[in-house]
Amino acid sequence: MSDAIKFTIDGVEIEAIPGQTIMEAADEAGIYIPRLCAHKDLLPFGSCRVCTVMVNDRPQAACTQPVSPGMSVESETEELRQIRTNLVEMLFVEGNHYCPFCEKSGNCELQALGYRLGMLAPKYPYMFNKHDVDASHPDIYIDHNRCILCARCVRSSKELDGKNVFQFVGRGIHKKVAFNSDTDLAATNVSVTDKAIENCPVGAILKKRTAYAVPIGKRTYDSQPIGSDIEARKAAAK
Amino acid sequence: MAKPKIATASLAGCFGCHMSLLDIDDRILKLVELVDFDKSPVDDIKKFTGRIAVGLIEGGCCNEENVHNLQYFRENCDILISLGECAIIGGIPAMRNNIPLKECLDEAYLNGPTVYNPSGKIPGDKELPLILDKVYPCSEVVKMDYHLPGCPPPADLIWKALVALLENKPMDLPYEVIKYD
Repeated sequence: MSDAIKFTIDGVEIEAIPGQTIMEAADEAGIYIPRLCAHKDLLPFGSCRVCTVMVNDRPQAACTQPVSPGMSVESETEELRQIRTNLVEMLFVEGNHYCPFCEKSGNCELQALGYRLGMLAPKYPYMFNKHDVDASHPDIYIDHNRCILCARCVRSSKELDGKNVFQFVGRGIHKKVAFNSDTDLAATNVSVTDKAIENCPVGAILKKRTAYAVPIGKRTYDSQPIGSDIEARKAAAK
Repeated sequence: MAKPKIATASLAGCFGCHMSLLDIDDRILKLVELVDFDKSPVDDIKKFTGRIAVGLIEGGCCNEENVHNLQYFRENCDILISLGECAIIGGIPAMRNNIPLKECLDEAYLNGPTVYNPSGKIPGDKELPLILDKVYPCSEVVKMDYHLPGCPPPADLIWKALVALLENKPMDLPYEVIKYD
């Protein structure tokens, strides 16, 4: 590959294709950079900032920053681990994330990042904001208490489902996911098979009558940290 | 030298965290070599017999008695630990937090489909602890020093935390022992 770009992540030399983001190149090389809003089937978005890395000593979102020749990327440093933990903790206190009774527990990416980062409990005070639940749709329900505003549903509906069912309304602490209808979710053209439903990283958008099907101990992140699938690529290449 | 004392309490919890403490199995024999159990539902000691090294609190605060008990623990314990999700965030009892208290009581004592209550009154005997408007995490009532997550926290997590505290060493936390459910 003559036009390959060479750069380093934590001192390890990586080859990337021009136009790739740092995260795409890292994934291919088997280096996991923590993320929440980024998804392999969606366009880069850069809202959660959990994938923040230092590029030539400046903070950048790995999911949106394209690779360039000779760049020096730092990811697994104590400072960045602390920043990522702080971001995850802020998400935990801003929503109402009660893992013991959440259907997504064990398969939740926010929870899995808490586990991977070694979070025992958020250091910030819980905000206990009031949020609604919309269970109007026969097959889907939305619990805004658990939404982390990653926009995966907004983007999946637009980019993958071709529908535009979800969009944000409000700003700051009042920002929330709204639906393309005058009333509720049931009045939209959303379908239970939409990618927008599947791609929610947390327990905010769930399919009805599918809960607790997998026993504790066999769920996605019970024994394997999030990112293990990406890191396995590195082991396989050796 | 006298052994350090451990005390435990179950506030608005289900005793699952105490069950998990017993799940350390035969290591409990090692634990009683290291510490003395003081005020705790495990041995039914009602009052502190001296200064406590480590207090383990299961459950959040849902009534007046929980608050007084938690404050009593804070005054008497050098280190106070939230044990489990109810102590940390309110847990299952906090499911009522977004419903006004009157609606909760009406449903429980007057309107629920299985309620049999010929008096038609909500219990209000002065011997009953006054229920709070919401269920509060322990850290909103007193200063909590450490938090051990889980529903319940795995026995290995409780064991590792106690040994680390008693031996004054950093805690070694394998992936499997941090769980929030």
